[in-house]
Amino acid sequence: MIVAERKPFQEIEKMLEPYSKIMILGCNECVTVCATGGAKEVAILASQLRIRRKSKDRYIEIYEKTIERQCDREYLEEIKDTIDGYEAVLSLACGCGIQFLGEVYEYITVLPGVNTTFMGVTERHGFWTERCQGCGNCILDKTMGICPITRCAKAIMNGPCGGSQDGRCEIDRNTPCAWNLIIDRYKNKGMMDRYMEIMPPKDWSTARDGGPRKMQREDLEI
Amino acid sequence: MRLSYPANIKIIRIPCSGRMDVIHILKAFEGGIDGVCIVGCMEGDCHYLTGNLRAKKRVEYLKKLLYEAGIEAERVAMFNVSSSEGIKFAEIARGFTETIRALGPNPVKLKKHKEG
Amino acid sequence: MSGSGNLERVLRSGRFVVTAECGPPRGADGETIRKKGDLLKDYVDAVNVTDNQTAVVRMSSLASSLILKDMGIDPVMQMVCRDRNRIAIQSDILGAAALGIKNILCLSGDHQRFGDHKTAKNVFDLDSVQLINCLKTMRDEGRFLSGEEIEITPQIFIGCVENPFADPFEIRAMRLAKKAHAGAQFCQTQCVFNIKKFKEWMEMVRDMGIHEKLSIIAGITPLRSYNMAIYMKKNVPGMDVPDDIMERLKDLPKEKASDDGIEIALEIIAEMKNIKGVNGIHIMAIGWEEIIPHIVKSAGLYPRP
Repeated sequence: MIVAERKPFQEIEKMLEPYSKIMILGCNECVTVCATGGAKEVAILASQLRIRRKSKDRYIEIYEKTIERQCDREYLEEIKDTIDGYEAVLSLACGCGIQFLGEVYEYITVLPGVNTTFMGVTERHGFWTERCQGCGNCILDKTMGICPITRCAKAIMNGPCGGSQDGRCEIDRNTPCAWNLIIDRYKNKGMMDRYMEIMPPKDWSTARDGGPRKMQREDLEI
Repeated sequence: MRLSYPANIKIIRIPCSGRMDVIHILKAFEGGIDGVCIVGCMEGDCHYLTGNLRAKKRVEYLKKLLYEAGIEAERVAMFNVSSSEGIKFAEIARGFTETIRALGPNPVKLKKHKEG
Repeated sequence: MSGSGNLERVLRSGRFVVTAECGPPRGADGETIRKKGDLLKDYVDAVNVTDNQTAVVRMSSLASSLILKDMGIDPVMQMVCRDRNRIAIQSDILGAAALGIKNILCLSGDHQRFGDHKTAKNVFDLDSVQLINCLKTMRDEGRFLSGEEIEITPQIFIGCVENPFADPFEIRAMRLAKKAHAGAQFCQTQCVFNIKKFKEWMEMVRDMGIHEKLSIIAGITPLRSYNMAIYMKKNVPGMDVPDDIMERLKDLPKEKASDDGIEIALEIIAEMKNIKGVNGIHIMAIGWEEIIPHIVKSAGLYPRP
């Protein structure tokens, strides 16, 4: 899932300075799972903003709405009759949803209420960590299911580096060394000879480095 | 026990302190309430095992949310009392009322008071 | 430009080499490098120039290496993977070779979190093993990574680093084997304080026959004070300073501590000379370069060939 964090309250407050009638639009998928932009968080933010405005004797009208997701036209259509009435829409969806919202409703001012960070997993309730960088050329079969591009701070393909200590990465004692994890798996499966294979330089053109990406399925397009 | 505690306290009963969620309290402050205290069972005595621990975490989070919104974090507090401790409850109620009185009215009401 | 540098010649002659490290200045000042070069010239066979070490911006290792070369010193230009993509890397390799720099040491590089520009993008297009292999391909096959031909190939003596004290310990010899297989011809290790562990590592290295494939140069850092020892033990990733060394320095007054630090370094050097497969020492005395001539002389390694 895509993980995002709500922007600091002061930053949101500042963004909303010019407005007195807004919609806060949440998303029922990824941002709900990471407790950042679902219906609950929409309600909390709306309440905080009203309290803040009231205590400054300023008015704000907030319409709270959460749709299934903001990255698909069919769900964005649900708000087509209500969206025009608002000066701005503060979206709590991930960066994809926020942008698409602005594309589908071209004339509306769309503001980001969150900082989208990474593609990751729920390691446990309340704790999410990064797993995938979308490099476009998955090598998980070669690294026993652990991604060195994402989980190694230096994206080393022939690791570990000399800073790995006690199974931890040199940049953060709380981050496991990805190569340590990979080697443990090689050992457990009796596949240490795999470790000696030199992985060649990566083709980064399938990653973000190659430019904005797209995928097309002509069989699905009419 | 028929002990007295200040009349300005309204008691809302919920099956477990863990039933409380931050949005309920935020709405209360939005409506002008001056203070909210969450009273839960002693840690380790929760009938639902971890309800009061969840409440504790939520109250800590709530303090942060209130502070962001310009409301003093002291306006919300959690206390752990067992149901037989009537005296302790009364003391808590009195003490909390004093804290809130010292803070003054909820900032949400402030400007209106000035006008009025 | 063909012909080997001094380092390669001394290693091939079978003699025990001495190299040292030189950190470029944080300014556009060539004089600092010249002064350090003058200090080290007669006492070492080659001088390493670090590449934005600890991710702190310093004068480029290519420029600094050229300054040393012009003084008659054989520079070992360090190249990290953190700041450059493969285009810039291959370009710098061609440049270094054209300027007559004979040795390049390939490293991953410290993460920029340690440095003074934490907000920078990090590159890591290649890792150190791929960098070594890139150099070998350019030199021996005359091809760029893209597969296209190089008109005049760079003649470079390829170096790598290895840290016998990092984890997991069991693979540290395997990693060196990988680098040797990729094309590394010499290896400078992280500084040795834990002799026992180093000897264990060397045993693994010899078992795999790696000592016959590349030259191993042991890292030596003289400890100047107890505080320095603490800093290295706690703050430098992959550093192993055993307790008995800590104890030795602990209760000494400052002047005595640096003398003892030198004693310790000399003891370690003496041990290194007797380990089969160790072909030299690499003295890293950043900020204390002036002590290097004394150490080289006291270790019986002066004069240099």
